[in-house]
Amino acid sequence: MAENKYLGELTKGIIKENPTLVTLLGMCPTLAVTTMAENGLGMGLATTFVLVCSNAAISLLKNVIPKAVRLPSFIVIIASFVTLIEFLMKGYLPALYDSLGLFLSLITVNCIILGRAEAFASKNKLLPSILDGLGMGIGFTLALFLMGSFREILGTGKWMGIDLHISDPMTIFIMPAGGFFVLGCVIAAVNKLANRKPPQQIGCEGCPCAGSCTGCANESKEAEA
Amino acid sequence: MKSMLIILFSAMLTNNFVLSKFMGICPFLGVSKKLDSAAGMGAAVTFVMVCATLCTYPVYTFLLAPFGLEYLKTVAFILIIALFVQLIEMILKKKIPSLYSSLGVYLPLITTNCAVLGVTILNIDNGYTFGESIVDALGAGLGFTLALLIFSGVRSRVERADIPETFKGVPATLIAASIVSVSFMSFSGMVEGIFG
Repeated sequence: MAENKYLGELTKGIIKENPTLVTLLGMCPTLAVTTMAENGLGMGLATTFVLVCSNAAISLLKNVIPKAVRLPSFIVIIASFVTLIEFLMKGYLPALYDSLGLFLSLITVNCIILGRAEAFASKNKLLPSILDGLGMGIGFTLALFLMGSFREILGTGKWMGIDLHISDPMTIFIMPAGGFFVLGCVIAAVNKLANRKPPQQIGCEGCPCAGSCTGCANESKEAEA
Repeated sequence: MKSMLIILFSAMLTNNFVLSKFMGICPFLGVSKKLDSAAGMGAAVTFVMVCATLCTYPVYTFLLAPFGLEYLKTVAFILIIALFVQLIEMILKKKIPSLYSSLGVYLPLITTNCAVLGVTILNIDNGYTFGESIVDALGAGLGFTLALLIFSGVRSRVERADIPETFKGVPATLIAASIVSVSFMSFSGMVEGIFG
């Protein structure tokens, strides 16, 4: 039974609560770095690393951090791991580091990470938190890889750098407009396959700062009333 | 003066933060339902961007760079932004309650808005001077507001349109955003053409 529960923590992030395609968090990197499948994969793995580490750290420190200053503390913990992965990537994968550029630093403000810290790691033990981070990270990586593959194949006629000999690649797909378009279609396709009603809007339930944010708190009060 | 104008308008139109750099997508999709809340969010983001740049630039140039601590900029900047958002919220609440009641609800959301952190880091990476950084932040903020305002108009029409069931909601919104983004592509080269 216990094993099943742990497995559940891991798999929920991959399919049922996929952060990008279902709860619609972390939209910015999803759109920005997915011009190539390889970049999507790199970004996904970097985010997974930060997610697992920060979930583990926050889960261990949850009783030490005072409630009032928890959000700034979480952000500092996350930012430290982001700096760490920046160094690692600069040292070992300089090409990927250059193509991800600014968005590597912006992992700090990725709502998925702060959201998991707030919603899961600050309430659970070490092992479930690590599994939760890993699952969410894998889900995010898969979504990014899928988006990147679509855009790279349609936009440049290549996949992971392999030429697929498509005669007329549509450059629009690697431009910003194509990013919005592909993401819209992918979300619609996932909804169709899962036979689920599409999310009507990006609401407060998915927002990581829902608890601390006065705007959302007011809105949910209004909804309850 | 000319270079300042180029920075201002290219940050606003050609390199629009939302539609060509993909920063601040969450508020772009989340708060663009109504025209007045879009305007409020845009004003709050512009305000915080300029104020945050006013702080982060001196901190980087006079505190981090002389000691070789450039790698700490992500950690330092996000803390400054978080502090700043809190501070602005407190000052507005005490001194200008009317502005607080219109901007207040959007302020806490801005801490995790990647456009704010993005603009402060980009200013450093591009090697802008203090004045250029402020102008760039102002342009980015205005561009964000412009995109939000235009998009809230588009969205009110999309909501009422008859579209396939699977595409209703977020997918339709994203595809509308893609079309708005195409319209912004036409600005490329225009800014340099006029002022260059």
